[in-house]
Amino acid sequence: MTTTTGPTKVTGAVGAAHTRVEGRDKVTGAARYAGEIPFADLAHGWLVLSTIARGRVTSVEAEPVLAMPGVLTVLHHGNAPRVDVDYQGLLGSPDPVVGVFQHDRVPFAGWPVALVVAETSEQAREAAESLVVHYDQEPHDIAFSAAHPGSYTPEADGMRTQKGDLEAQLAASTHVVDAEYTTPEEHHSPMEPHAATARWDGGRLDVVDSNQGSSWVADELSKVFSLDPGSVRVRSEHVGGAFGSKGLRVHQVLAAMAATVLDRPVRVVLTRRQMFSLVGYRSPTTQRVRLGAEPDGRLRALDHQGLSLSSTIHEFIEPSAGFGRPMYDADAHHTHTRVVRLDVPTPTWMRAPGEAPGSFALECALDELAEKCGVDPIALRLRNEPEVGPVSGLPFSSRNLSGCFEEGARRFGWAERDPRPRVRREGRWLIGTGMAAATFPVLVGPATAGVTAEADGTFTVRIAAADVGTGARTALTLIAADALEVAPERIRVRVADSDFGFAMIAGGSMGTRSWGWAVTAAARELRDKLVPGGDIPAEGITAKADTGALLGTLAQKERHSYGAQFAEVAVDVASGEVRVRRMLGIFAAGRIINPLTARSQLTGGMIWGLSMALHEEAVRDQATGAPVGPDLAGYHVAAHADVPHIEADWVDDPDPDDPVGIKGIGEIGIVGAAAAIANAVWHATGVRHRNLPIRPDRVIEDRATEAGGSGA
Amino acid sequence: MAPSTSSALTLNINGEKHTLTVDHRTTLLDALRERLDLTGTKKGCDQGQCGACTVLMDGRRAVSCLQLAVAAEGREITTIEGVADGDRLHPVQQAFLDLDGLQCGYCTPGQICSALGVIQEHAAGWPSAATTDVRPEAGVPELTAEEIRERMSGNLCRCGAYVSIVQAVAEAARAEEESA
Repeated sequence: MTTTTGPTKVTGAVGAAHTRVEGRDKVTGAARYAGEIPFADLAHGWLVLSTIARGRVTSVEAEPVLAMPGVLTVLHHGNAPRVDVDYQGLLGSPDPVVGVFQHDRVPFAGWPVALVVAETSEQAREAAESLVVHYDQEPHDIAFSAAHPGSYTPEADGMRTQKGDLEAQLAASTHVVDAEYTTPEEHHSPMEPHAATARWDGGRLDVVDSNQGSSWVADELSKVFSLDPGSVRVRSEHVGGAFGSKGLRVHQVLAAMAATVLDRPVRVVLTRRQMFSLVGYRSPTTQRVRLGAEPDGRLRALDHQGLSLSSTIHEFIEPSAGFGRPMYDADAHHTHTRVVRLDVPTPTWMRAPGEAPGSFALECALDELAEKCGVDPIALRLRNEPEVGPVSGLPFSSRNLSGCFEEGARRFGWAERDPRPRVRREGRWLIGTGMAAATFPVLVGPATAGVTAEADGTFTVRIAAADVGTGARTALTLIAADALEVAPERIRVRVADSDFGFAMIAGGSMGTRSWGWAVTAAARELRDKLVPGGDIPAEGITAKADTGALLGTLAQKERHSYGAQFAEVAVDVASGEVRVRRMLGIFAAGRIINPLTARSQLTGGMIWGLSMALHEEAVRDQATGAPVGPDLAGYHVAAHADVPHIEADWVDDPDPDDPVGIKGIGEIGIVGAAAAIANAVWHATGVRHRNLPIRPDRVIEDRATEAGGSGA
Repeated sequence: MAPSTSSALTLNINGEKHTLTVDHRTTLLDALRERLDLTGTKKGCDQGQCGACTVLMDGRRAVSCLQLAVAAEGREITTIEGVADGDRLHPVQQAFLDLDGLQCGYCTPGQICSALGVIQEHAAGWPSAATTDVRPEAGVPELTAEEIRERMSGNLCRCGAYVSIVQAVAEAARAEEESA
């Protein structure tokens, strides 16, 4: 069949609400996630994790387990194939945990020590739970604190910035805030556990996985197994949440390893409890913020020091001290990031790494400063708006933080707020409101995209993007529709197949921007190729684009999204309960592609902030070094009843240097949200809570010390 | 002879009878997902904490990860695959789709099955912890956002789609009430 190429001129898809193109599959249960694709002759792997936090494995008693029904193999450091983790991938060297079973050392509790593979998951699980592993245990250190003697400044770029004489400016300041803030270990906890099925298919390693970048994971797997890059294929059509946790992890490596050993398809699904040791997490932080200001609130001094932890085997840095660098100007502006290495798993990127905990500390400190100066918190921030990057000196690509404050204040009713704390009561509830500002960098990465004009008049877009729940598939449909000037119904977007070529990951809020750029470029190429009125052959006409070279020409600027977060809370100081009554977030975050899904994503980020403020806290047992209650009962995330009506909206703020105007919205929603809630709790109670989460016991405890006006 | 570790049984799912032999350790959730290719029911935690595996058993909500398949014989089981009427979405599904009551979609089948249960339980006059007047003569409480949040709290959503899920459940319940 052939058809003519004359497109129907329809524009304006971008910016109009569109339900998710895969939404019907998701509400009917038809959408299949990584662990749900059937394979003939499938075997099931079940992991065994170390019960000690430091030492070595002396023996694995595999024989009795191999005799159990259905058991096919037990892989461990004594028999596993060799793999390579000494390489540089897209985001640097891998967490060495992915080099499973390569030696007998145990660097943290929950380290993989064996994989049992069996015919059924029930058999694999029982065998794995029966496996006896002997250890030679050594003393461990998991005690994280600001006073830890082992902390150091990492060699990576940007760990320390210093402008001006800090001590002199502090000494000359009328008002000074000097406070320490802490945030706990937090876990991504996507609803879909990490799962991969691997098999050899015609000489290629074929992996069905749940990840944030199929071409990224394929590249890493090819390096781990020393394979030609073209001989690994990774697909990841539907992903049940990721938030930074779904890159190369042990499950893909284990599935591929076992599939190689057994020469049949093997699926490895992490249990919810195993996820607490194996997929990364957000490091706890201790942060010290010092602010010095003139009587009117203008900053003379800003000093932000942040400490995070990492494992003994890999350095990961949670750069919380960097939050203020593009945000506020000060005569002396210092930031310093430090890390301490302990016998714990390696942390990783988790939604707004750095900005989430960093904004909690600095945005709370600014609220404390506003109180001291007797200045409205919004006015204080506006007074410290920089003309150029406070540390970099670079111009801003666009900065509409003041627009967010203005619109947010108007809609929230900020002008009517009585700034005095603890003067509003409704029955047993003390009521307060608070605000905070938000920022997140605008990033972009290279991507390749292909667009095919099909003979039936439709268009197929192929790009190794990942839709982890962001609505990327739908956003790219709208972007392609506008770029091709056809209705979205004529576009079919296929994502998450490494065979489509390299594409930036869904991370750093740069997925849709990076992919949208490539899709726009490929669509332009295609339109140049299509002869108006010409025939389209049965195989279609395809154009491809690679944005790699284009991106290098982007000028150096301070490129960021911004936001203003508002919260109202009710606090019962007798029970210690804190209820968030409403939240409003107004964002300046580039052109919004799909208002329906964008609102969901921004609101979801704000709910993460609520959850961070009040619920989330992973606790490690000092005696065993293992997580306590590592599941969704022990690790609380916000549930329906915790979440009030939350509104997210935006002010016009297209990025002038992006072909579609995109900045990225994946992370900005969480930034500042916890600070707005903590500031509202102060406004309600008169007590500053500088340690997250604001648990009932802390609220009750601090009631006793509130005469001193400061939280524990 | 060693005791048998498996049994043949018949499960009644979405109005269809399925006969299969299962390992006694097999949960209803794994029987659905691994044996019957009904993968719409999701495994989020496998220990009854997240609600992703919610199905209806004899019209009532149940987390299928805490049910053994062998104990489900004789029950009327409804999974997400049995909710729509052919190609026509159930009003709850349609509302989730239209109001974007989902993001990654992994908790969605459980949320929808749970919402079906909530709407029925509410219509039958069951109170919840959010019900202010639980006296029998008070009648059916209004299905406020507070009521929906309380009743849906067994279903976690890590993407944080709660605001639109609550709107979707309210809208579907309203539509159902009007059509009743």
